[in-house]
Amino acid sequence: MSDIVLKTENLTKHYGGVHALQEANFELRKGEHVAIMGDNGAGKSTFVRQITGVEQRTSGKIWFDGREVNFAGPIEAREAGIETVFQNLALADDLDVPSNLFLGREKVLFNLGPFSILDRKAMRKATEAALVRTAVKIPNLSSTIRHMSGGQRQCVAIARTATFASKLIIMDEPTAALGVQETAQVENIIRTLKENGEPLILVSHNMRQVFDLVDRIVVFRRGRIVANLRKQDTDGNDIVAYITGAKTGQAELQAA
Amino acid sequence: MSQTSHGIGGLSYDAKKRPWPAEFNVFLALVILVGAFELIGRVFLGDSFLFNTRENVSGLFNEQRLQIIILQVSIVGIIAIGVTQVIICGGIDLSSGSIVGATAMIAMSFAQVATVNGNPNPKAMFINYGWTDLPVIVPLLVAIGCGLIAGLINGLLIAYTRIPPFIATLGMMVTARGIAKWWSKGQPISFPTDSFAAIGKGLMPVIIFISLAILFQLILTYTKYGKHCYAIGSNEDAARMSGIKIANHKVLVYAIAGILAAIAAVVLSSKNLTAQAGMGVMYELDAIAMAVIGGVSLSGGRGSIIGTVIGSLIFGVIISGFTFLRLDAYYQEMVKGVIIVGAVVLDQWRQRRRAIGA
Repeated sequence: MSDIVLKTENLTKHYGGVHALQEANFELRKGEHVAIMGDNGAGKSTFVRQITGVEQRTSGKIWFDGREVNFAGPIEAREAGIETVFQNLALADDLDVPSNLFLGREKVLFNLGPFSILDRKAMRKATEAALVRTAVKIPNLSSTIRHMSGGQRQCVAIARTATFASKLIIMDEPTAALGVQETAQVENIIRTLKENGEPLILVSHNMRQVFDLVDRIVVFRRGRIVANLRKQDTDGNDIVAYITGAKTGQAELQAA
Repeated sequence: MSQTSHGIGGLSYDAKKRPWPAEFNVFLALVILVGAFELIGRVFLGDSFLFNTRENVSGLFNEQRLQIIILQVSIVGIIAIGVTQVIICGGIDLSSGSIVGATAMIAMSFAQVATVNGNPNPKAMFINYGWTDLPVIVPLLVAIGCGLIAGLINGLLIAYTRIPPFIATLGMMVTARGIAKWWSKGQPISFPTDSFAAIGKGLMPVIIFISLAILFQLILTYTKYGKHCYAIGSNEDAARMSGIKIANHKVLVYAIAGILAAIAAVVLSSKNLTAQAGMGVMYELDAIAMAVIGGVSLSGGRGSIIGTVIGSLIFGVIISGFTFLRLDAYYQEMVKGVIIVGAVVLDQWRQRRRAIGA
């Protein structure tokens, strides 16, 4: 029980009459990488939004890092240690890489309230270290995000989540808009995170990517978790069957 | 999984990919403009715009002209500093000119002398209360208080009612002008104390302008406040997701803009030795123009105080250059309008080219 990072119990979200998420029971262990799959509207993103505090759940309970939590907003979730790479990236285009990494949690030399002097050297150094740790390649730290390709932007966003020694990283379709090479780069970063033992939830449509990267696959269908399978116990056809509803019923893991 | 594709990260620094500072382009424009006036002057008037041509005055440059250029832009320049940080933060401030008017009237009432040439000061607002010959700190604090209140109202309206900055500051522009006219029922307020008059004497406006410009350039580059200005102007949602308190920051940004407008009001009324209700009309637009010419993007997130200072010099050179060429003042305004629109078009074009190139 102690190595469980995140656990949800009967997590439910209704938008008016729409039952977007129903009684989701989910567990994530330390160092584990789990993929969340499912059709559009299956409840994947809804599930992520409840965990990260972007929305408030209708009912159910969430435990994170050994405590029951009720995040009022994404900032609280982040402070607790859940870092999310959102689909819309959430980077400031006109700032350079270190500024984006440390946005909202700048290192300061002298604390003068809002006019605190920034410790630019330390932030730059920490950025370089983070980029090495996550194996992210950025040609020039001083150039602004505006000048970067989609892949580089995504890498910066991921490096940012990994910089702050977070307890859980959530990526919502991190390679959806990327080309082949850029996708490979992002996947390498995810492998590096795995080697570093950082737990991850990956929302993805890409079957090959999921089987390449994660330990366990959770399938959502019509707001319910319909499958929870170890990678080695399943294959692509099996997962597709669960996603489309050809195979039904709760497929549970054998007690580990 | 090879070593080249995975495991090694970090940087490969390429000096050639270093972005060209936008201020350099603006500075280039300034040099070209001065060169153009110099050339036209030499060819058509047989006189130099920049250099000293008089025998009875020593020195390489025409110092008198240079002084006039910087002196006439320094007061609006002080406002432009505040406007620059507002625009970088993704907003706009149309109220600064009217804040100058209202603040000048109110502050000057606290800076008046009791007697003029042995007679009681005919223009003194508070002579019946005995509020004359007050130490200079009193009108200064009153002025900063006025600017702060006006700026706070702007900021609170924008941050908490979520009305567009254009509308909030437009309201303040009309209201503050009304206050300026109501304060003395349209009468000018004159005869300040010597210590108040010293603030705007000689090259003091220039010194104040340059000091504030340096201070705010440093603030925008080296402090959390500055970083958050750029972040909010660049992507407000990202800034909010990063935990920046957007509302508080905006209130602060507009409050500072108000205070800078108030400082400009003090310098202006001190320099002119009088305050009038019509003071500072159109200054807000001149200040915005200086910032825009200086490369501050109206869509937020980009620009610098250095750019605005160079933009203000371009402004000064144009006005001075037209006088030098003995052209009517009407032409100045026409050309000013063209330059403002031209600068924005250029900025848009630069952005689009960058978007395609990236």
